[in-house]
Amino acid sequence: MSGNYAIAYGAALSRVELVSAYPITPQTSVVEKLSELVDTDRLRAKLVRVESEHSALAACIGGASAGARCFTATSSHGLLFMNEMVFWAGYARLPMVMAVITRSIGPPWGIWSEHTDILAQRDTGWITLMVQTNQEALDSVIQAYMIAEDPDILLPTMIGLDAFIVSHTAVPVDVPEQEAVDSFLPENRVPGFLLDTDEPKTMGNLTYPEWNMEFRYLAEEAMKKAESKIVEVDRKFQKAFGRSYGGLVELYRMEDAKYAVVAAGAHAGEAMEAVDQLRSQGIDAGVARIRVLRPFPKDALRSALGNLKGVAVIDRDISLGLGGIIRAELTSALYGLKRPPHVKGFIAGLGGRDITVEDVKNAILVTTRSVEEGQDEWIDLREEIL
Amino acid sequence: MVLKIKDLPNEEYWLGGNPSCHGCPASIGLRIALKALGPKTIMVVPAGCATIIQGAFPKTSARVPLLNIAFAAASSSASGVAAALEQRGIKDVSVLVWAGDGATSDIGMASLSGAAERNANIIYVCYDNEAYMNTGIQRSSSTPIGAWTTTTVTGKMEGKKDLPSIMMMHHVPYVATASLAFPLDFVEKLRKAARIQGFKYIHLQAPCPPGWKFSSEKTIEVGRLAVQTGSWIVYEVEDGVYRLSTPSLPFVNKDRRKPIELYLRAQGRFAKMTEDERGRFMAAIEENWTAVANNQKTGRIFSSR
Amino acid sequence: MTLKIKAVPFSTPTLGSGGDTSSWRTERPVLDEAKCINCLFCWMYCPEGSILRGEKVVYIDYQYCKGCGICMNECPPKAITMVKEG
Repeated sequence: MSGNYAIAYGAALSRVELVSAYPITPQTSVVEKLSELVDTDRLRAKLVRVESEHSALAACIGGASAGARCFTATSSHGLLFMNEMVFWAGYARLPMVMAVITRSIGPPWGIWSEHTDILAQRDTGWITLMVQTNQEALDSVIQAYMIAEDPDILLPTMIGLDAFIVSHTAVPVDVPEQEAVDSFLPENRVPGFLLDTDEPKTMGNLTYPEWNMEFRYLAEEAMKKAESKIVEVDRKFQKAFGRSYGGLVELYRMEDAKYAVVAAGAHAGEAMEAVDQLRSQGIDAGVARIRVLRPFPKDALRSALGNLKGVAVIDRDISLGLGGIIRAELTSALYGLKRPPHVKGFIAGLGGRDITVEDVKNAILVTTRSVEEGQDEWIDLREEIL
Repeated sequence: MVLKIKDLPNEEYWLGGNPSCHGCPASIGLRIALKALGPKTIMVVPAGCATIIQGAFPKTSARVPLLNIAFAAASSSASGVAAALEQRGIKDVSVLVWAGDGATSDIGMASLSGAAERNANIIYVCYDNEAYMNTGIQRSSSTPIGAWTTTTVTGKMEGKKDLPSIMMMHHVPYVATASLAFPLDFVEKLRKAARIQGFKYIHLQAPCPPGWKFSSEKTIEVGRLAVQTGSWIVYEVEDGVYRLSTPSLPFVNKDRRKPIELYLRAQGRFAKMTEDERGRFMAAIEENWTAVANNQKTGRIFSSR
Repeated sequence: MTLKIKAVPFSTPTLGSGGDTSSWRTERPVLDEAKCINCLFCWMYCPEGSILRGEKVVYIDYQYCKGCGICMNECPPKAITMVKEG
């Protein structure tokens, strides 16, 4: 099945109770599959067919406040349109799960994969996972509810998957049995304060400076706890289903690596292939796939990369004026190490341009040549059209 | 059995000593509305005066569960609350949106239309103080022609957007207008709405002392003058059937309406109204009463869903 | 005892969420009980709920009354007058 259907089955197996989403290419088949499951009575959930993405997340916020396990999905412009509510859900500490089929932002219009959209949400207080495969997409939805609804965490969780590469490519996916998921994932633990008319409370009214800051502090503390919770849930998932994804950072051939590729999402697959090919040429390279973008896995990356000679970061995103976002966050995370690796940033695949195994191999080779300049290098840029 | 004031419950679900201005119609409206609906009510409040008059953390003046939400998101988040309650099998709780004209008519128009079209099971009350009062009296699409606001200092050039008619054309089960000067009519409409499944819309006029520029003791009086001059028409459309409400029945007859000057001169915001604006204000009233006559003749304007 | 906050910003219902709103008054409503017909208009219209229902007449709770004057303006037998504070 496609990555989108895998997401839909993950949500259905998690017994979501409220789904509210607005169509956008390439997310549409997620919600279409969920609608089909509801209409054929295989999923007992309410569908709120809203008129915009902003309303989709607002409906999930209302639903979660009233105690429902909520799910939505979007991409690119839809995610940006709901940005106000993404912050709202994060700051309100409402557990829910959102799938983001990462897609480039216009103008000009494009429908293919890029990560700038999901990374633009990095300040919103959502735990953020970026998957590599269709299987990981399905499994991550179940894991996400486990993490998000944990009473020590209470943070919404978004799961990114590459447009078309993961969302629409069909591969065999193992769909767990409902009973197995029921044993693993507890029943809905969404606090649902609005259900309690016996103990009325007001959520989120005006809060003066002397109180406001500490709410963010508590959210940040929860993010810190989430790091170990994510690892714990991934381990439990391994025990229950035989699959795990490395917790925060998935390591590939890193035990004896001198160089590494850092990537998030589908192109980590190309990176693994590139590393295999370079190994046979005598270059000790590995891949550190950042599975969790928020909380940013500083310690996991320091321990994986701290002793390496060089790191090639391949950003399928750009923050104009800064460069690659993951490269910038990684170098910040490595700050303070006595002998940090040399970090070389690469911008690739914007607007959905293919990132090939050759591209990644070249990136590693460039890194090994130890260029001292701090600028990110652009892969496969078409000089002739500039 | 006619409802009397003494039949209203003594219990307060909107607490006093809140930060509202002297004579605030939102505070009066909330006190009355929550007496009408009782404690099994969940409120959803978008940004506006109603946000601020709750008071500041850790206190609130609301004695029912209340979700504060972003400006444009009231209707959609209320849809989510209603869906969750239904999903969890909870049938005896009403979802009440309490939104100003800004949140309803302007920034929240899309989500309002969406929720109405989906027939979301909520009671939507628009308390209409005819401007963005919370941010300091800027014009909204609900501001009447000729009215002063900080962004229409020489008087608003456009007429007032007819929200109740727009909601009628969504063919929802219940649309009504109400006046604080006729609070028992408002209570009955709220209670009727609570008994109906689907989207219910009540448009409440909320005369605002600082925004409309009148002395705080006249809030109810100005509301009464609005009805008595024919400027505010109180009606309901239940299941597509139009009915003029008791407060407005005497004023079908044009001669029984009080002179419009009484209403306009009672408010400082109309002090600099031009003759042309006054003429268009009067013309709009006439058009509204023509619509009343047509609607009464038609009876069932649309079929229920 | 300092209030400790929880993860989610909740407030609890409290009278006087606006502080001591009685200090906002420049004049206070005074009831002439002899004139009061217990129609309860003032009780219904008070924005603060500062008018309380009694056995035969209403009575005014000055704790949060802002002195807006609506009770005086709406009272049919004119049983309430506004008297300057201080």
